[in-house]
Amino acid sequence: MNAPLDDTLARLSHVTRRFGDVTALDDVSLDIRPGSIVGLLGPNGAGKSTMLSLLQGLRRPTSGTVELFGGSPQNPRNRLRLGSTPQATALPDTLRVGEVVDFVGAHFAHPVPVGEMLDEFGLAELARKQTGALSGGQKRRLSVALAFVGRPELVLLDEPTTGLDVDGRRALWEAIRRQHDAGATVVITSHYLEEIEALAERVVVVAGGRVLEDDSLHNVLARVSLRQVTLGTPEPSRVAALPGVVRHTVAASGATTFYAGDSDALIIELVRSGIPFHDLAVRGATLEEAFLTLTEPRLEHA
Amino acid sequence: MSVASLTLVHAKYSLVETLRVPIAVIGTVVFPALALLFFVVPQSAVAGDETYATQAVASMAVFSVMVGSLFSFGLGVAENREKPWDPYLRTLPAPGIARVLAHILATGAMSLLALVPLVVIGALLTEATATPLQLLAGLLAIIVAALPFMLIGICIGYAFSTKAAIAVIQIVFFTLAFGGGLFLPPLLFPDWLDAISQALPSRQGRDFVIWAVQGGDLQPLSWLGLVGWIVVLLGLALLLFRRDEGRRFR
Repeated sequence: MNAPLDDTLARLSHVTRRFGDVTALDDVSLDIRPGSIVGLLGPNGAGKSTMLSLLQGLRRPTSGTVELFGGSPQNPRNRLRLGSTPQATALPDTLRVGEVVDFVGAHFAHPVPVGEMLDEFGLAELARKQTGALSGGQKRRLSVALAFVGRPELVLLDEPTTGLDVDGRRALWEAIRRQHDAGATVVITSHYLEEIEALAERVVVVAGGRVLEDDSLHNVLARVSLRQVTLGTPEPSRVAALPGVVRHTVAASGATTFYAGDSDALIIELVRSGIPFHDLAVRGATLEEAFLTLTEPRLEHA
Repeated sequence: MSVASLTLVHAKYSLVETLRVPIAVIGTVVFPALALLFFVVPQSAVAGDETYATQAVASMAVFSVMVGSLFSFGLGVAENREKPWDPYLRTLPAPGIARVLAHILATGAMSLLALVPLVVIGALLTEATATPLQLLAGLLAIIVAALPFMLIGICIGYAFSTKAAIAVIQIVFFTLAFGGGLFLPPLLFPDWLDAISQALPSRQGRDFVIWAVQGGDLQPLSWLGLVGWIVVLLGLALLLFRRDEGRRFR
Protein backbone atom coordinates (compact mmCIF):
# COMPACT_ATOMS: atom_id res chain seq x y z
CA MET A 1 0.00 0.00 0.00
CA ASN A 2 1.35 3.41 -0.91
CA ALA A 3 0.00 5.93 1.57
CA PRO A 4 -0.98 9.08 -0.31
CA LEU A 5 1.30 11.87 0.82
CA ASP A 6 -0.03 14.05 -1.97
CA ASP A 7 -3.22 16.08 -1.78
CA THR A 8 -5.44 13.55 -3.55
CA LEU A 9 -8.97 13.74 -2.13
CA ALA A 10 -10.18 10.41 -3.41
CA ARG A 11 -8.70 7.58 -5.36
CA LEU A 12 -9.88 4.41 -7.05
CA SER A 13 -7.05 1.95 -7.80
CA HIS A 14 -7.80 -0.94 -10.13
CA VAL A 15 -11.33 -1.16 -8.81
CA THR A 16 -13.63 -3.90 -10.05
CA ARG A 17 -17.17 -4.24 -8.73
CA ARG A 18 -19.47 -7.07 -9.73
CA PHE A 19 -23.14 -7.59 -8.91
CA GLY A 20 -23.69 -11.30 -9.43
CA ASP A 21 -22.47 -11.88 -12.97
CA VAL A 22 -22.84 -8.22 -14.01
CA THR A 23 -19.58 -6.29 -13.97
CA ALA A 24 -20.48 -2.71 -13.12
CA LEU A 25 -16.87 -1.49 -12.93
CA ASP A 26 -13.97 -3.17 -14.65
CA ASP A 27 -10.45 -2.30 -13.40
CA VAL A 28 -11.09 1.43 -12.98
CA SER A 29 -8.38 3.77 -11.69
CA LEU A 30 -9.14 7.42 -10.98
CA ASP A 31 -7.66 10.22 -8.86
CA ILE A 32 -9.68 13.20 -7.68
CA ARG A 33 -7.46 16.17 -6.82
CA PRO A 34 -8.57 19.38 -5.18
CA GLY A 35 -9.77 22.35 -7.16
CA SER A 36 -11.65 21.27 -10.21
CA ILE A 37 -15.14 20.28 -11.22
CA VAL A 38 -14.89 16.76 -12.63
CA GLY A 39 -17.63 15.59 -14.97
CA LEU A 40 -18.39 11.88 -14.99
CA LEU A 41 -20.11 11.35 -18.28
CA GLY A 42 -21.64 8.16 -19.59
CA PRO A 43 -24.86 6.47 -20.66
CA ASN A 44 -27.22 4.92 -18.10
CA GLY A 45 -25.74 1.79 -16.59
CA ALA A 46 -22.18 2.85 -17.43
CA GLY A 47 -21.02 2.51 -13.83
CA LYS A 48 -21.11 6.19 -12.75
CA SER A 49 -23.39 5.65 -9.77
CA THR A 50 -21.44 2.58 -8.67
CA MET A 51 -18.29 4.71 -8.61
CA LEU A 52 -19.98 7.26 -6.38
CA SER A 53 -21.42 4.63 -4.03
CA LEU A 54 -17.92 3.21 -3.58
CA LEU A 55 -16.55 6.66 -2.71
CA GLN A 56 -19.41 7.19 -0.25
CA GLY A 57 -18.63 3.93 1.52
CA LEU A 58 -22.04 2.49 0.62
CA ARG A 59 -20.47 -0.43 -1.22
CA ARG A 60 -17.16 -2.21 -1.18
CA PRO A 61 -15.19 -3.03 -4.31
CA THR A 62 -15.00 -6.67 -5.38
CA SER A 63 -11.29 -6.08 -5.92
CA GLY A 64 -8.98 -3.08 -5.89
CA THR A 65 -8.89 -0.26 -3.33
CA VAL A 66 -10.96 2.85 -2.75
CA GLU A 67 -9.51 5.71 -0.69
CA LEU A 68 -11.23 8.82 0.61
CA PHE A 69 -9.01 11.46 2.26
CA GLY A 70 -6.32 8.82 2.58
CA GLY A 71 -8.45 6.21 4.35
CA SER A 72 -11.38 3.90 3.92
CA PRO A 73 -14.65 5.60 2.95
CA GLN A 74 -16.38 3.09 5.24
CA ASN A 75 -14.89 4.86 8.24
CA PRO A 76 -17.34 7.68 9.12
CA ARG A 77 -14.43 9.94 10.14
CA ASN A 78 -13.18 9.95 6.55
CA ARG A 79 -16.59 11.14 5.38
CA LEU A 80 -16.51 14.34 7.49
CA ARG A 81 -15.22 16.36 4.53
CA LEU A 82 -17.49 14.67 1.98
CA GLY A 83 -20.85 15.98 0.78
CA SER A 84 -23.38 14.06 -1.28
CA THR A 85 -26.96 14.36 -2.48
CA PRO A 86 -29.87 12.05 -1.77
CA GLN A 87 -32.14 11.21 -4.70
CA ALA A 88 -34.76 13.96 -4.87
CA THR A 89 -37.53 11.41 -4.35
CA ALA A 90 -35.83 10.15 -1.19
CA LEU A 91 -36.49 13.09 1.13
CA PRO A 92 -38.55 12.11 4.21
CA ASP A 93 -42.07 13.36 3.42
CA THR A 94 -43.08 14.46 6.89
CA LEU A 95 -39.97 16.47 7.80
CA ARG A 96 -39.90 20.19 7.03
CA VAL A 97 -37.32 21.71 4.68
CA GLY A 98 -35.51 23.52 7.51
CA GLU A 99 -35.49 20.37 9.64
CA VAL A 100 -33.88 18.27 6.91
CA VAL A 101 -31.10 20.85 6.48
CA ASP A 102 -30.62 21.01 10.27
CA PHE A 103 -30.57 17.19 10.53
CA VAL A 104 -27.86 16.78 7.91
CA GLY A 105 -25.88 19.77 9.22
CA ALA A 106 -25.80 18.22 12.70
CA HIS A 107 -23.33 15.63 11.39
CA PHE A 108 -20.62 18.19 10.70
CA ALA A 109 -18.37 20.34 12.87
CA HIS A 110 -19.09 23.71 11.23
CA PRO A 111 -22.29 23.46 9.22
CA VAL A 112 -23.59 26.38 7.20
CA PRO A 113 -26.47 27.97 9.18
CA VAL A 114 -29.84 26.68 7.95
CA GLY A 115 -31.14 30.12 6.89
CA GLU A 116 -28.02 30.90 4.89
CA MET A 117 -28.13 27.53 3.12
CA LEU A 118 -31.80 27.94 2.19
CA ASP A 119 -31.16 31.47 0.87
CA GLU A 120 -28.29 30.23 -1.27
CA PHE A 121 -30.49 27.64 -2.99
CA GLY A 122 -33.64 29.80 -3.18
CA LEU A 123 -35.54 27.78 -0.61
CA ALA A 124 -35.95 30.44 2.11
CA GLU A 125 -39.75 30.79 1.84
CA LEU A 126 -40.16 27.00 1.94
CA ALA A 127 -38.36 26.44 5.26
CA ARG A 128 -41.58 25.50 7.11
CA LYS A 129 -42.97 23.27 4.36
CA GLN A 130 -42.90 19.48 4.67
CA THR A 131 -40.75 18.03 1.91
CA GLY A 132 -43.68 15.91 0.69
CA ALA A 133 -45.36 19.16 -0.40
CA LEU A 134 -42.46 20.39 -2.56
CA SER A 135 -42.43 20.39 -6.36
CA GLY A 136 -39.94 18.19 -8.20
CA GLY A 137 -37.64 21.14 -8.85
CA GLN A 138 -37.73 22.31 -5.24
CA LYS A 139 -36.88 18.79 -4.02
CA ARG A 140 -33.99 18.71 -6.45
CA ARG A 141 -32.64 22.02 -5.13
CA LEU A 142 -32.98 20.87 -1.53
CA SER A 143 -31.15 17.61 -2.34
CA VAL A 144 -28.23 19.50 -3.87
CA ALA A 145 -28.18 22.01 -0.98
CA LEU A 146 -27.76 19.09 1.47
CA ALA A 147 -24.46 18.18 -0.19
CA PHE A 148 -23.00 21.56 0.79
CA VAL A 149 -24.34 21.95 4.36
CA GLY A 150 -21.22 20.52 6.00
CA ARG A 151 -18.77 22.83 4.13
CA PRO A 152 -17.27 19.77 2.40
CA GLU A 153 -14.00 19.69 0.50
CA LEU A 154 -15.28 17.05 -1.90
CA VAL A 155 -18.84 16.98 -3.21
CA LEU A 156 -20.39 14.13 -5.19
CA LEU A 157 -23.44 15.11 -7.24
CA ASP A 158 -25.32 12.28 -8.94
CA GLU A 159 -27.33 13.66 -11.86
CA PRO A 160 -28.26 16.81 -9.95
CA THR A 161 -30.50 18.42 -12.54
CA THR A 162 -32.33 15.47 -14.10
CA GLY A 163 -35.97 16.40 -14.66
CA LEU A 164 -35.50 20.15 -14.24
CA ASP A 165 -36.63 22.73 -16.80
CA VAL A 166 -34.04 24.96 -18.47
CA ASP A 167 -34.35 27.81 -15.94
CA GLY A 168 -34.18 25.49 -12.98
CA ARG A 169 -31.16 23.79 -14.42
CA ARG A 170 -29.29 27.05 -15.01
CA ALA A 171 -30.11 28.33 -11.52
CA LEU A 172 -28.77 25.14 -10.00
CA TRP A 173 -25.62 25.28 -12.15
CA GLU A 174 -25.03 28.81 -10.87
CA ALA A 175 -25.35 27.64 -7.27
CA ILE A 176 -22.97 24.72 -7.85
CA ARG A 177 -20.44 27.06 -9.48
CA ARG A 178 -20.63 29.49 -6.54
CA GLN A 179 -19.99 26.62 -4.13
CA HIS A 180 -17.06 25.50 -6.24
CA ASP A 181 -15.63 29.04 -6.26
CA ALA A 182 -15.90 28.97 -2.46
CA GLY A 183 -13.49 26.04 -2.42
CA ALA A 184 -15.35 22.76 -2.93
CA THR A 185 -14.08 20.17 -5.38
CA VAL A 186 -17.07 18.76 -7.22
CA VAL A 187 -17.59 15.44 -8.99
CA ILE A 188 -20.76 15.54 -11.04
CA THR A 189 -22.32 12.67 -12.99
CA SER A 190 -24.60 13.27 -15.89
CA HIS A 191 -25.74 11.76 -19.10
CA TYR A 192 -26.26 15.26 -20.49
CA LEU A 193 -23.19 16.47 -22.32
CA GLU A 194 -24.60 20.00 -22.07
CA GLU A 195 -24.42 19.87 -18.29
CA ILE A 196 -20.85 18.62 -18.26
CA GLU A 197 -19.92 21.28 -20.82
CA ALA A 198 -21.42 24.02 -18.67
CA LEU A 199 -19.72 22.97 -15.44
CA ALA A 200 -16.78 20.63 -15.79
CA GLU A 201 -13.12 21.39 -16.27
CA ARG A 202 -12.04 17.76 -16.42
CA VAL A 203 -14.12 15.09 -18.09
CA VAL A 204 -14.10 11.37 -17.42
CA VAL A 205 -16.08 9.38 -19.96
CA VAL A 206 -17.32 6.03 -18.66
CA ALA A 207 -19.06 3.27 -20.58
CA GLY A 208 -19.51 -0.41 -19.89
CA GLY A 209 -17.73 -0.09 -16.54
CA ARG A 210 -14.53 1.28 -18.06
CA VAL A 211 -12.95 4.71 -18.28
CA LEU A 212 -12.76 5.60 -21.98
CA GLU A 213 -11.45 9.15 -21.69
CA ASP A 214 -9.97 11.17 -18.84
CA ASP A 215 -8.86 14.60 -19.98
CA SER A 216 -9.59 18.32 -19.91
CA LEU A 217 -12.99 19.38 -21.23
CA HIS A 218 -11.25 21.15 -24.12
CA ASN A 219 -9.36 18.05 -25.26
CA VAL A 220 -12.30 15.69 -24.93
CA LEU A 221 -14.50 18.06 -26.92
CA ALA A 222 -11.84 18.35 -29.61
CA ARG A 223 -11.64 14.59 -29.83
CA VAL A 224 -15.35 14.02 -30.08
CA SER A 225 -16.28 16.94 -32.32
CA LEU A 226 -17.36 15.40 -35.59
CA ARG A 227 -18.99 16.47 -38.84
CA GLN A 228 -21.82 14.60 -40.50
CA VAL A 229 -21.92 13.96 -44.21
CA THR A 230 -25.32 12.82 -45.50
CA LEU A 231 -25.82 11.43 -49.00
CA GLY A 232 -27.62 8.81 -51.08
CA THR A 233 -25.50 6.05 -52.58
CA PRO A 234 -26.01 2.50 -53.88
CA GLU A 235 -22.78 1.44 -52.15
CA PRO A 236 -22.86 2.76 -48.55
CA SER A 237 -20.43 0.12 -47.27
CA ARG A 238 -17.71 1.34 -49.65
CA VAL A 239 -18.19 4.90 -48.42
CA ALA A 240 -18.05 3.69 -44.82
CA ALA A 241 -14.70 2.06 -45.54
CA LEU A 242 -13.13 5.37 -46.63
CA PRO A 243 -10.45 6.78 -44.30
CA GLY A 244 -11.81 9.08 -41.55
CA VAL A 245 -15.31 7.58 -41.25
CA VAL A 246 -15.90 6.59 -37.63
CA ARG A 247 -19.55 5.62 -37.80
CA HIS A 248 -22.57 5.69 -40.08
CA THR A 249 -26.33 5.46 -39.76
CA VAL A 250 -29.02 4.82 -42.39
CA ALA A 251 -32.18 6.97 -42.31
CA ALA A 252 -35.64 5.67 -43.28
CA SER A 253 -35.44 7.69 -46.51
CA GLY A 254 -32.46 5.62 -47.63
CA ALA A 255 -29.97 8.44 -47.12
CA THR A 256 -26.87 7.44 -45.16
CA THR A 257 -25.15 9.71 -42.65
CA PHE A 258 -21.40 9.30 -42.17
CA TYR A 259 -19.53 10.78 -39.18
CA ALA A 260 -15.96 11.95 -39.68
CA GLY A 261 -13.54 14.30 -37.97
CA ASP A 262 -12.69 16.11 -41.23
CA SER A 263 -15.62 16.27 -43.66
CA ASP A 264 -13.61 18.10 -46.35
CA ALA A 265 -11.03 15.30 -46.52
CA LEU A 266 -13.79 12.70 -46.64
CA ILE A 267 -15.51 14.39 -49.59
CA ILE A 268 -12.23 14.62 -51.51
CA GLU A 269 -11.70 10.87 -50.91
CA LEU A 270 -15.30 10.19 -51.93
CA VAL A 271 -14.95 12.01 -55.24
CA ARG A 272 -11.59 10.34 -55.94
CA SER A 273 -12.97 6.87 -55.24
CA GLY A 274 -15.59 7.26 -57.98
CA ILE A 275 -18.38 5.83 -55.79
CA PRO A 276 -21.69 7.19 -57.17
CA PHE A 277 -23.59 9.49 -54.77
CA HIS A 278 -26.30 12.18 -54.80
CA ASP A 279 -27.94 14.74 -52.49
CA LEU A 280 -24.76 15.50 -50.55
CA ALA A 281 -25.22 17.56 -47.38
CA VAL A 282 -22.66 18.46 -44.69
CA ARG A 283 -23.29 19.78 -41.19
CA GLY A 284 -21.71 19.69 -37.75
CA ALA A 285 -22.64 16.83 -35.45
CA THR A 286 -24.17 17.70 -32.09
CA LEU A 287 -22.06 16.82 -29.09
CA GLU A 288 -24.66 14.29 -28.10
CA GLU A 289 -24.11 12.46 -31.39
CA ALA A 290 -20.35 12.76 -31.09
CA PHE A 291 -20.54 11.35 -27.61
CA LEU A 292 -22.48 8.33 -28.87
CA THR A 293 -19.71 7.73 -31.35
CA LEU A 294 -17.25 7.64 -28.52
CA THR A 295 -19.16 5.22 -26.31
CA GLU A 296 -21.06 2.96 -28.70
CA PRO A 297 -18.49 0.82 -30.52
CA ARG A 298 -16.74 -0.15 -27.32
CA LEU A 299 -19.99 -1.04 -25.62
CA GLU A 300 -20.47 -3.83 -28.12
CA HIS A 301 -17.43 -5.61 -26.77
CA ALA A 302 -18.53 -5.30 -23.16
CA MET B 1 -19.49 15.12 16.34
CA SER B 2 -19.81 12.82 19.32
CA VAL B 3 -21.73 9.56 19.15
CA ALA B 4 -24.06 10.84 21.90
CA SER B 5 -25.07 14.03 20.10
CA LEU B 6 -25.54 12.20 16.77
CA THR B 7 -27.66 9.60 18.56
CA LEU B 8 -29.91 12.31 19.99
CA VAL B 9 -30.27 14.05 16.61
CA HIS B 10 -31.22 10.83 14.82
CA ALA B 11 -33.63 9.84 17.60
CA LYS B 12 -35.22 13.30 17.59
CA TYR B 13 -35.95 13.31 13.87
CA SER B 14 -37.09 9.70 13.91
CA LEU B 15 -39.65 10.62 16.60
CA VAL B 16 -40.70 13.77 14.74
CA GLU B 17 -41.36 11.65 11.65
CA THR B 18 -43.43 9.13 13.64
CA LEU B 19 -45.43 11.74 15.54
CA ARG B 20 -46.45 13.49 12.31
CA VAL B 21 -48.42 10.36 11.36
CA PRO B 22 -50.92 10.31 14.27
CA ILE B 23 -52.54 6.98 13.35
CA ALA B 24 -49.22 5.19 13.94
CA VAL B 25 -49.08 6.65 17.46
CA ILE B 26 -52.65 5.63 18.23
CA GLY B 27 -51.99 2.08 16.97
CA THR B 28 -48.98 1.67 19.23
CA VAL B 29 -50.83 2.92 22.28
CA VAL B 30 -54.16 1.14 21.75
CA PHE B 31 -52.97 -2.37 20.81
CA PRO B 32 -51.52 -3.49 24.19
CA ALA B 33 -54.46 -1.96 26.04
CA LEU B 34 -56.87 -4.04 23.94
CA ALA B 35 -54.79 -7.16 24.62
CA LEU B 36 -55.09 -6.57 28.36
CA LEU B 37 -58.85 -5.99 28.07
CA PHE B 38 -59.41 -9.23 26.12
CA PHE B 39 -56.88 -11.59 27.72
CA VAL B 40 -56.87 -10.63 31.39
CA VAL B 41 -59.80 -8.49 32.50
CA PRO B 42 -62.54 -11.08 31.69
CA GLN B 43 -60.78 -13.90 33.63
CA SER B 44 -61.96 -13.29 37.18
CA ALA B 45 -59.57 -15.93 38.61
CA VAL B 46 -56.67 -13.80 37.46
CA ALA B 47 -58.14 -10.30 37.51
CA GLY B 48 -59.59 -10.80 41.01
CA ASP B 49 -56.34 -11.93 42.65
CA GLU B 50 -53.87 -9.25 43.61
CA THR B 51 -50.68 -11.27 42.97
CA TYR B 52 -51.82 -12.89 39.72
CA ALA B 53 -53.38 -9.71 38.37
CA THR B 54 -50.20 -7.75 39.01
CA GLN B 55 -48.16 -10.48 37.32
CA ALA B 56 -50.58 -10.49 34.39
CA VAL B 57 -50.29 -6.72 33.94
CA ALA B 58 -46.50 -7.02 34.11
CA SER B 59 -46.57 -9.84 31.52
CA MET B 60 -48.78 -7.71 29.26
CA ALA B 61 -46.41 -4.80 29.67
CA VAL B 62 -43.53 -7.03 28.54
CA PHE B 63 -45.72 -8.30 25.71
CA SER B 64 -46.57 -4.77 24.55
CA VAL B 65 -42.97 -3.65 24.61
CA MET B 66 -41.97 -6.83 22.79
CA VAL B 67 -44.54 -6.44 20.01
CA GLY B 68 -43.78 -2.73 19.64
CA SER B 69 -40.05 -3.36 19.47
CA LEU B 70 -40.16 -6.31 17.07
CA PHE B 71 -42.50 -4.60 14.63
CA SER B 72 -41.17 -1.08 14.71
CA PHE B 73 -37.56 -2.23 14.50
CA GLY B 74 -37.95 -5.21 12.21
CA LEU B 75 -40.28 -3.48 9.78
CA GLY B 76 -38.81 -0.03 10.24
CA VAL B 77 -35.28 -1.12 9.46
CA ALA B 78 -36.32 -3.36 6.55
CA GLU B 79 -38.44 -0.56 5.05
CA ASN B 80 -35.74 2.05 5.52
CA ARG B 81 -33.25 -0.10 3.71
CA GLU B 82 -35.55 -0.12 0.72
CA LYS B 83 -36.09 3.65 0.75
CA PRO B 84 -33.44 5.82 -0.87
CA TRP B 85 -33.26 8.22 2.12
CA ASP B 86 -31.53 5.59 4.25
CA PRO B 87 -28.57 5.03 1.90
CA TYR B 88 -28.15 8.80 1.91
CA LEU B 89 -27.99 8.89 5.71
CA ARG B 90 -25.31 6.23 5.49
CA THR B 91 -23.11 8.57 3.46
CA LEU B 92 -23.13 11.05 6.36
CA PRO B 93 -20.33 10.79 8.92
CA ALA B 94 -22.36 8.95 11.58
CA PRO B 95 -21.03 5.66 13.00
CA GLY B 96 -23.32 2.62 12.96
CA ILE B 97 -23.66 2.56 16.73
CA ALA B 98 -25.21 6.07 16.76
CA ARG B 99 -27.95 5.00 14.37
CA VAL B 100 -28.66 1.78 16.27
CA LEU B 101 -28.86 3.68 19.59
CA ALA B 102 -31.11 6.32 18.03
CA HIS B 103 -33.56 3.62 16.88
CA ILE B 104 -33.57 2.24 20.40
CA LEU B 105 -34.24 5.63 22.00
CA ALA B 106 -37.01 6.60 19.58
CA THR B 107 -38.91 3.31 19.71
CA GLY B 108 -38.32 3.06 23.43
CA ALA B 109 -40.04 6.41 23.93
CA MET B 110 -43.04 5.21 21.89
CA SER B 111 -43.23 1.93 23.81
CA LEU B 112 -43.21 3.71 27.16
CA LEU B 113 -46.15 5.77 25.96
CA ALA B 114 -48.03 2.50 25.32
CA LEU B 115 -47.57 1.45 28.94
CA VAL B 116 -49.73 4.31 30.24
CA PRO B 117 -53.13 2.82 29.28
CA LEU B 118 -51.94 -0.61 30.52
CA VAL B 119 -51.23 0.70 33.98
CA VAL B 120 -54.51 2.65 34.07
CA ILE B 121 -56.62 -0.36 33.00
CA GLY B 122 -54.73 -2.64 35.38
CA ALA B 123 -55.39 -0.31 38.31
CA LEU B 124 -59.05 0.39 37.53
CA LEU B 125 -60.37 -2.93 36.19
CA THR B 126 -58.27 -5.55 38.02
CA GLU B 127 -56.96 -6.09 41.51
CA ALA B 128 -53.38 -5.37 40.39
CA THR B 129 -51.59 -2.96 42.71
CA ALA B 130 -48.19 -1.35 42.90
CA THR B 131 -46.79 1.53 44.92
CA PRO B 132 -45.29 4.43 42.95
CA LEU B 133 -41.85 3.11 43.86
CA GLN B 134 -42.72 -0.38 42.58
CA LEU B 135 -44.07 1.18 39.37
CA LEU B 136 -40.82 3.02 38.88
CA ALA B 137 -38.81 -0.16 39.50
CA GLY B 138 -41.03 -1.99 36.99
CA LEU B 139 -40.50 0.77 34.45
CA LEU B 140 -36.74 0.57 34.77
CA ALA B 141 -36.87 -3.23 34.52
CA ILE B 142 -39.01 -3.04 31.40
CA ILE B 143 -36.50 -0.75 29.72
CA VAL B 144 -33.84 -3.44 30.27
CA ALA B 145 -36.21 -6.25 29.26
CA ALA B 146 -37.07 -4.44 26.01
CA LEU B 147 -33.48 -4.28 24.76
CA PRO B 148 -33.25 -7.89 23.46
CA PHE B 149 -36.51 -7.46 21.51
CA MET B 150 -35.34 -4.24 19.93
CA LEU B 151 -32.09 -5.88 18.94
CA ILE B 152 -33.90 -8.95 17.53
CA GLY B 153 -36.03 -6.54 15.49
CA ILE B 154 -32.95 -4.73 14.20
CA CYS B 155 -31.32 -8.02 13.21
CA ILE B 156 -34.46 -9.16 11.37
CA GLY B 157 -34.70 -5.78 9.64
CA TYR B 158 -31.14 -5.94 8.38
CA ALA B 159 -31.30 -9.63 7.43
CA PHE B 160 -34.60 -9.68 5.50
CA SER B 161 -36.64 -7.68 2.99
CA THR B 162 -39.86 -6.08 4.25
CA LYS B 163 -42.11 -8.94 3.08
CA ALA B 164 -39.92 -11.64 4.58
CA ALA B 165 -39.48 -9.58 7.75
CA ILE B 166 -43.25 -9.52 8.43
CA ALA B 167 -43.41 -13.32 8.36
CA VAL B 168 -40.29 -13.76 10.48
CA ILE B 169 -41.47 -11.23 13.06
CA GLN B 170 -44.83 -12.99 13.42
CA ILE B 171 -43.19 -16.36 14.03
CA VAL B 172 -40.71 -14.87 16.50
CA PHE B 173 -43.33 -12.91 18.39
CA PHE B 174 -45.75 -15.84 18.81
CA THR B 175 -42.94 -18.14 19.90
CA LEU B 176 -41.58 -15.64 22.38
CA ALA B 177 -45.03 -14.64 23.71
CA PHE B 178 -46.30 -18.17 24.40
CA GLY B 179 -42.93 -19.72 25.17
CA GLY B 180 -42.09 -16.88 27.53
CA GLY B 181 -45.30 -17.26 29.52
CA LEU B 182 -46.70 -13.87 28.60
CA PHE B 183 -50.15 -15.24 27.71
CA LEU B 184 -50.32 -18.38 29.91
CA PRO B 185 -48.45 -18.22 33.23
CA PRO B 186 -45.39 -20.55 33.32
CA LEU B 187 -46.99 -22.16 36.39
CA LEU B 188 -49.07 -24.19 33.93
CA PHE B 189 -46.04 -25.34 31.89
CA PRO B 190 -44.73 -28.95 31.99
CA ASP B 191 -41.11 -29.18 33.16
CA TRP B 192 -39.56 -29.57 29.69
CA LEU B 193 -41.37 -26.49 28.37
CA ASP B 194 -40.44 -24.54 31.49
CA ALA B 195 -36.77 -25.37 30.87
CA ILE B 196 -36.93 -24.04 27.30
CA SER B 197 -38.96 -21.08 28.47
CA GLN B 198 -36.28 -19.98 30.92
CA ALA B 199 -33.79 -19.59 28.09
CA LEU B 200 -36.05 -17.21 26.16
CA PRO B 201 -35.57 -13.45 26.55
CA SER B 202 -39.34 -13.01 26.90
CA ARG B 203 -39.46 -15.28 29.97
CA GLN B 204 -36.35 -13.71 31.43
CA GLY B 205 -37.81 -10.26 30.85
CA ARG B 206 -41.15 -11.23 32.38
CA ASP B 207 -39.51 -12.68 35.51
CA PHE B 208 -37.24 -9.67 35.80
CA VAL B 209 -40.09 -7.17 35.61
CA ILE B 210 -42.28 -9.16 38.06
CA TRP B 211 -39.35 -9.33 40.46
CA ALA B 212 -38.83 -5.57 40.16
CA VAL B 213 -42.51 -4.90 40.96
CA GLN B 214 -43.35 -7.64 43.47
CA GLY B 215 -39.96 -8.54 44.93
CA GLY B 216 -39.28 -12.18 45.86
CA ASP B 217 -36.65 -14.46 44.36
CA LEU B 218 -34.98 -13.76 41.05
CA GLN B 219 -33.20 -16.72 39.49
CA PRO B 220 -29.67 -15.75 38.41
CA LEU B 221 -30.48 -17.22 35.00
CA SER B 222 -33.06 -14.47 34.44
CA TRP B 223 -30.76 -11.48 34.64
CA LEU B 224 -27.65 -13.30 33.41
CA GLY B 225 -29.68 -14.50 30.45
CA LEU B 226 -30.89 -10.97 29.69
CA VAL B 227 -27.37 -9.57 29.80
CA GLY B 228 -26.15 -12.43 27.59
CA TRP B 229 -28.90 -11.88 25.01
CA ILE B 230 -28.21 -8.14 24.93
CA VAL B 231 -24.47 -8.59 24.37
CA VAL B 232 -24.86 -11.26 21.68
CA LEU B 233 -27.67 -9.47 19.84
CA LEU B 234 -25.91 -6.10 19.94
CA GLY B 235 -22.87 -7.72 18.33
CA LEU B 236 -25.03 -9.37 15.69
CA ALA B 237 -26.92 -6.13 14.98
CA LEU B 238 -23.67 -4.21 14.45
CA LEU B 239 -22.33 -6.97 12.24
CA LEU B 240 -25.46 -6.98 10.07
CA PHE B 241 -25.46 -3.18 9.91
CA ARG B 242 -21.87 -3.09 8.65
CA ARG B 243 -22.50 -5.88 6.16
CA ASP B 244 -25.59 -4.18 4.81
CA GLU B 245 -25.17 -2.29 1.56
CA GLY B 246 -28.81 -1.47 1.03
CA ARG B 247 -30.96 -3.72 -1.02
CA ARG B 248 -29.03 -6.39 -2.92
CA PHE B 249 -28.89 -6.27 -6.67
CA ARG B 250 -30.50 -9.28 -8.31
